[in-house]
Amino acid sequence: MSFLDMDERLVALLEQVEFNRSPLTDIKHCGSCEIGLIEGGVCNAENVKVLQEFRANCKTLIAVGACAINGGVPAMRNHFDLKDCLQEAYETGIGVTNPQIPNDTELPLLLDKVYPIHEVVPVDYYLPGCPPSADAFLQILGPLLAGKEPVLSSDHLHYD
Amino acid sequence: MTHNTITIDGQEVPFEVGQTIMDAALAAKVYIPHLCHYPGLTPHGNCRLCSIEIGKKSVAACTTPAVAGQQISSNTPAINAARKSITQMLFIEGNHICPSCEKSGNCKLQAMGYFLGMLDEHFPQFYQRRKIDASHADIVLDRDRCILCDLCVRASREVDGKNVFAIAGRGTEAHLIVNSSSGKLVDSNLEVDDLAANICPVGAILKKSQGYDVPIGERIYDQHTISEIGLQESIAKESKSDDN
Repeated sequence: MSFLDMDERLVALLEQVEFNRSPLTDIKHCGSCEIGLIEGGVCNAENVKVLQEFRANCKTLIAVGACAINGGVPAMRNHFDLKDCLQEAYETGIGVTNPQIPNDTELPLLLDKVYPIHEVVPVDYYLPGCPPSADAFLQILGPLLAGKEPVLSSDHLHYD
Repeated sequence: MTHNTITIDGQEVPFEVGQTIMDAALAAKVYIPHLCHYPGLTPHGNCRLCSIEIGKKSVAACTTPAVAGQQISSNTPAINAARKSITQMLFIEGNHICPSCEKSGNCKLQAMGYFLGMLDEHFPQFYQRRKIDASHADIVLDRDRCILCDLCVRASREVDGKNVFAIAGRGTEAHLIVNSSSGKLVDSNLEVDDLAANICPVGAILKKSQGYDVPIGERIYDQHTISEIGLQESIAKESKSDDN
């Protein structure tokens, strides 16, 4: 969402780029792209597949935000065994009715832990922050679109 | 008269006999990155952030005595790259989830990451499972964020005149323990105004009920670099010693 904080600057950006798979489009599979921006950690089998598809199709892959970079808040479940998390949420937790752990084949299987994306595929650049600011996005995307090496300035370097 | 000076990155720095390289550098307002050094406490050389080179030898500035004529390299791309790797290792060894941490913005580990331009943690995460101790009325101990700097151990023994903390275990098993009959903070004599309760550079020892008194974005390292604060701490300590 912080990507949208670019506000009117998105218009100028759109003159240079075309969105492929994104929350702004209804494209189901990522096609060949120059730049892929990935947010969030890797927590289930579908995340792994999507991430691998992005890596295969994007020349440059950028890990965006704290969760993509080190697992972030969702990785706090790594403190517990997956079985205990599921039992607490769906069987033994306060207020649970009709207790059962969901097991539909349509649901992606959860991984044992939440992983940062660079532990699953190689990553080219990191854009930290929770979330990174619109200015931080532009500081990375601007030079990349001009074929230059991006450098995040210290005033945009934040882990929170 | 012999000149008691060392040279750090080409700059002459005077020292008094008995001073470490770190003490001499800070007194001369030359910042050497550090996390486990605190002016006035016995140096331990735990964090290795203050690694410097004398000739080709790498040593910790906080534990190495200054000796006349030492030619020291500190602020070089290679040494700072090593410091960044050390910082990344400190991050992945614990569970440093900055967005969920009360200490964010006041955390020296985080500030060190900013100072060294750390964008990611590079190494695979350990995701260690460590115990929280929230038994004390005023203080919480969250071992997830402990970097084993040993500052609380030394502060308690050397300044507070108590012996509340210790490091037990070795290697990845090393962890902070509380010297009380139950092993819990509630049964220790730690008090909220003790230096040991206030010295933690990260969010491992926190005072309760004041986590967000200062909003995120307006905190120390949102506005200053760790080099500025590191030098200030040293100056504050010096003027305090002069008063005594």
